[in-house]
Amino acid sequence: MFTAGAESLLRQAREVQDEELRKFCSRISALLQEEDLGPDALDSLRRLFLIVSATKYNRRLEKTCVDLLQSTLCLPVCSEPLQVLCAAILREMSPSDSLSMSCDCTQNTWQLSLVASVLLAQGNRRDEVRTVAQHILRALESRQPEGPSLRHLLPIVSKVVGLSPGILQEDHTTLLSKRLIDWLRYASIQQGLPHSSGFFSASRARQPGPITEVDGAVATDFFTVLSMGHHFTEDQWLNMQAFSMLRAWLLHGSPEGLGAPDTDDKSELEGSTLSVISATSATSRLLPPRERLREVAFEYCQRLIEQSTRRALRKGDSELQKACLVEAVLVLDVLCRQDPSFLYRTISCLKALHGRLSGDPASVRVLLPLAHFFLTHGEAAAVDSEAIYQHLFTRVPAELFHSPLLAFEFIQFCRDNLHLFGGNLSILKLTFPNLFKFLAWNSPPLTSEFVELLPALVDSGTALEMLHSLLDLPCLTAALDLQLRLWPAASERPLWDTSLRIPSCLEAFRDPQFQGLFQHLLRPKASGTIERLAPLYQLLQPMASCARVAQCAEAVPTLLHMFFSAVTQVTSGSLTNQLALLLLERSDSLYQVPQYEACVHRVLSSQFLVLCKLRPSLVVELARDLLEFLGSVSSIHSRASMVTSVVWAVGEYLSVTCDRRCTVEQINKFFEALEALLFEVTQSRPTTLPRCPPQVVTVLMTTLTKLASRSQDLIPRVSLLLSKMRTLAQSPASSCSQDEEGAEAIRTRATELLNLLKMPSVAQFVFTPSMEVCSPRYHRDVNTALPLALRMVTRLMEKEAGLLPG
Amino acid sequence: AMVHAFLIHTLRAPHAEDSGFCRVLYSCIFGTEKSPDDPRPHGAERDRLLRKEQILAVARQVESMCQLQQQASGRPPMDQPQSSDEPVPLHEAPRGAFRLAAGDPFQEPRTVVWLGVLSLGFALVLDAHENLLLAEGTLRLLARLLLDHLRLLAPGANLLLRADRIEGILTRFLPHGQLLFLNEQFVQALEKEFSAAWPR
Repeated sequence: MFTAGAESLLRQAREVQDEELRKFCSRISALLQEEDLGPDALDSLRRLFLIVSATKYNRRLEKTCVDLLQSTLCLPVCSEPLQVLCAAILREMSPSDSLSMSCDCTQNTWQLSLVASVLLAQGNRRDEVRTVAQHILRALESRQPEGPSLRHLLPIVSKVVGLSPGILQEDHTTLLSKRLIDWLRYASIQQGLPHSSGFFSASRARQPGPITEVDGAVATDFFTVLSMGHHFTEDQWLNMQAFSMLRAWLLHGSPEGLGAPDTDDKSELEGSTLSVISATSATSRLLPPRERLREVAFEYCQRLIEQSTRRALRKGDSELQKACLVEAVLVLDVLCRQDPSFLYRTISCLKALHGRLSGDPASVRVLLPLAHFFLTHGEAAAVDSEAIYQHLFTRVPAELFHSPLLAFEFIQFCRDNLHLFGGNLSILKLTFPNLFKFLAWNSPPLTSEFVELLPALVDSGTALEMLHSLLDLPCLTAALDLQLRLWPAASERPLWDTSLRIPSCLEAFRDPQFQGLFQHLLRPKASGTIERLAPLYQLLQPMASCARVAQCAEAVPTLLHMFFSAVTQVTSGSLTNQLALLLLERSDSLYQVPQYEACVHRVLSSQFLVLCKLRPSLVVELARDLLEFLGSVSSIHSRASMVTSVVWAVGEYLSVTCDRRCTVEQINKFFEALEALLFEVTQSRPTTLPRCPPQVVTVLMTTLTKLASRSQDLIPRVSLLLSKMRTLAQSPASSCSQDEEGAEAIRTRATELLNLLKMPSVAQFVFTPSMEVCSPRYHRDVNTALPLALRMVTRLMEKEAGLLPG
Repeated sequence: AMVHAFLIHTLRAPHAEDSGFCRVLYSCIFGTEKSPDDPRPHGAERDRLLRKEQILAVARQVESMCQLQQQASGRPPMDQPQSSDEPVPLHEAPRGAFRLAAGDPFQEPRTVVWLGVLSLGFALVLDAHENLLLAEGTLRLLARLLLDHLRLLAPGANLLLRADRIEGILTRFLPHGQLLFLNEQFVQALEKEFSAAWPR
């Protein structure tokens, strides 16, 4: 709707030539110098804004024009739209060395705010942040003039301390803290007068009433952001702004910077859970400003928590209540970190809050900062954190996985608090099936989060179960979709794709025959058992191409890589073997999402080799299973990469040097199996099926040769085989260039191998180097580098035999 | 609670045949990351270029997230309103959040909260640990105000030449990037002030 019109306007703005722009600037300068700044000026400035902002490259504006923009900003009387545009244009130009703005020329706090926004956009190249800070504080400290003026300044203070924590000096922060205390705690509890009440209005008839709570009742205590009135007084506005910036101020406002906890006299209290010092409001007035501010902040948060129990009349206020709860918990967390004596009072209050909220699905997002609080301070406060996590991790993901913002916050909570879980980390690890639900439903935004989180969840006890779950993630997505469709409607708009009609899948979901499998898939915690979900793949086939499932499938390969890099750190001998077997088994048993199988095979085949490299003896130990795998490969095309890896691993690691238990019999058995496989893939040449990938043929040939070099009775057999292969690859079977390349590769490889076999001892050296020779510097040693050796031998053979045979 | 930037950009339908580009229609950066010490000349211009590109990178990611979400939920691409009087149900508009790692593209790690309405994307770039409930509420409020006061539902609407109104709304409801705890009555009061300065 917007694209076409916007596209053309943006292009026009970008294509304005320098000369045109110069003329335009002159026109604007003329307009701005007039007495009356009318709609023409406004219109021109709007266009100028577009021209400047439409391009990422600099636009040179005439100096007079820029100067006039700056001076218009500081005119005593000027319409707001004009001044706001001037500031916006100057800000869009920034950072710029040609601006020379100063706060001195501003007439009031409104203009000061606009100028500050331009100065803060300069990137602090000339210490603008400090300059702005000084001006703002000076304005705050001066006698308060009439009108809503200080309102414009507090947000700048907040921004400034956010950009440069600790930039303010002690006396400034003390002064501002005192004023914040006034605004937060002692704002008026009467409603304000409407602006329209003039000098002669009958003010007695219009006596404003008291402020009310969100549910309409008369306010019971001091003013907060959850207090209502038809009109607000100036200090009530400042109350709202003061709370909005409170957390930033507590953290960054102090000159020591970063809200460092107080000095030693408080340290005795850290250990004690029962603090005797619960400051009453009488004694607290004697506290220094920083401590007093903390006390006031504490009272404000408590009041907000109390106010949140009321039922708001308007939906917007109800949502604000929750945002206030989150903020209150965050502020209390800061307070307790800065001054542990708050802990005693806070814990009881928050425990009660948690109890109240855990049953309310609408308040679930408040539970996360609460859980963070208990995690951070739980030890000092002897809170039963385990019960809290159980609820959070067991029920919330299972019921609310479909909410995108909750999903993001939940996973962020896990990521950010890993270091705090301590002994409870095992709880987190066991709930990975539930956590995966967030990922399965919302994969695009959460994939990168899970990549960071996964290593912490990997555990040798649950590794196999987790790998199965990862491979079945797209299946989980489908199951969650079905689950949602069958739940009673929670919102007006369905959360699933209504264009997708899948009656057979819904039936399967309800079928008691498959209950067990679906329940296993949707389990909230690691069960310690493995279920083969193969029957479900067929049943859920109609859903395999739906968008959400496909998005999830795209995320899986990345996660598999992360999983393996994490699991190889903690794996033991037997686990490595089990993982390898799992890879082989699952390569044939996957939910058939388009392109999923191919991508997963790539990962599984490379990870199989990683496992083999980690533990070379697994080839010997799992010989029987590998033989079975090789014998059962029915359709080579779907598992080409897996077969290639397994065959290569056999060639590489099935030797006495890798494991003393390797017998000649094993080598012979594998030889036979591989020989049979090679015949199978090369003999079957139906014209309709695609040819076998040449890599499979070459790796088979190479491995067979390697095995022959270790069991030299096999050499004649393999030589025969290789010559046959070479002949086979020569026949011009197709005109396809890819096939020709493949055939060429097979011919070359066959030749190289044949040549090597003519010198069996060299072949043995080349294919089964001893351990010393396998050491890392091997490839750097010119005399022993394998590829060079191979090449050298081939060249020697060529020289001897004259032309290459064939 | 601090916002680093606010932006409005185009949202194209998924699988748009006539690709075109994702365009940033409006952006406002509130104070900036400290410029890296750059002794070469034209450092300021390079800085500005970097900032513009950072914003565009965010816009593109939001567009992609929104498209993926729309596809996954089977919604038609960017619901068209029935008439210009019907209020757009913002509570059901596609929305989400994602994290930006440090250096990619901002120096510090940041969180982006976004909302898709008609074919416009609205996004807030926040510090990494912020009150997301408040940010979400503020974003919805800003979208509602912009839709109302710029009359974006009317045919032929555009916001490229109405930056002054957008600025007027931002200076009141997100001053210097400060997220405000505004109950409905504070919102009403601010809206009245705004309408007084910007008559329709």
